[in-house]
Amino acid sequence: MTDDGDLVDLGFAALADPVRRAIIARLSRGPATVNEIAEPFEISLQAVSRHIQVLEQAGLVTKGREAQRRPVALDPAALERLTAWIDGYRLAHEQRFRRLDDVLVEGPGPTGTETT
Amino acid sequence: MSNALHLDIPAGVPWIDFTREFDAPVASVFEAHRDPAMVVRWLGPHGYEMEAERWDFASGGGYRYVHRSPDGGEYWFRGVFHTIRENEFALQTFEFEGMPDEVALEFLWFEDLGDGRTRLRGRSIGRTVEGRDAMVESGMESGMSEGYDRLEAVVTGVG
Repeated sequence: MTDDGDLVDLGFAALADPVRRAIIARLSRGPATVNEIAEPFEISLQAVSRHIQVLEQAGLVTKGREAQRRPVALDPAALERLTAWIDGYRLAHEQRFRRLDDVLVEGPGPTGTETT
Repeated sequence: MSNALHLDIPAGVPWIDFTREFDAPVASVFEAHRDPAMVVRWLGPHGYEMEAERWDFASGGGYRYVHRSPDGGEYWFRGVFHTIRENEFALQTFEFEGMPDEVALEFLWFEDLGDGRTRLRGRSIGRTVEGRDAMVESGMESGMSEGYDRLEAVVTGVG
């Protein structure tokens, strides 16, 4: 439970659920109370609380200590671990297209001949 | 360069879509795909050397090339160009020889935006969702290799 691999496992299991993905999307705009999070869903407050608990166990969100509000907040570092793979793909593509930008500026160059 | 790359990797389907604009006329962008001497300057991963054994960017043509990593590793790729229409369209197969038979079909549209600008739009379709995710995985440079089998593209829905 303490090492990164386990947290990644828990994280992906947690995100396999569409309601929990929607909660993450909501929290990406800022912390919110359980009531605020539950508002757009047609499920009970209790069910939403359970979903938040799963996200909390996966280390994706944290709950504030203030007795009344106890706002739920996203842990950006945890989410970053999970999205690293897609960012890697994006990075590779972005670098490739930036080189293409350069090639387009530089043109064919002195060695720009065809080979077969 | 402010031209943003848009990637769409929807969950549960075996394809990836991308869109990218360039500050160059469509004929130049097409030429940078057709001329192997230009292709090797941009197609390889960062820090890798690319050599094209064959690159015949024409309908019925084909290609085979290698990416060489700084530590000497070789990664060969091959495919056929099914349809190439100048300044307009390319349809090709794509296979990493390290994963034989996991062939992807790659569509590429070259769109003239006028004012010397071009939009490149692509769709790469893998054989299976797992194969698609493996392709995404292979684009990674960080060496994080664990667990793509359990990712199921769930992250794409997260803002």
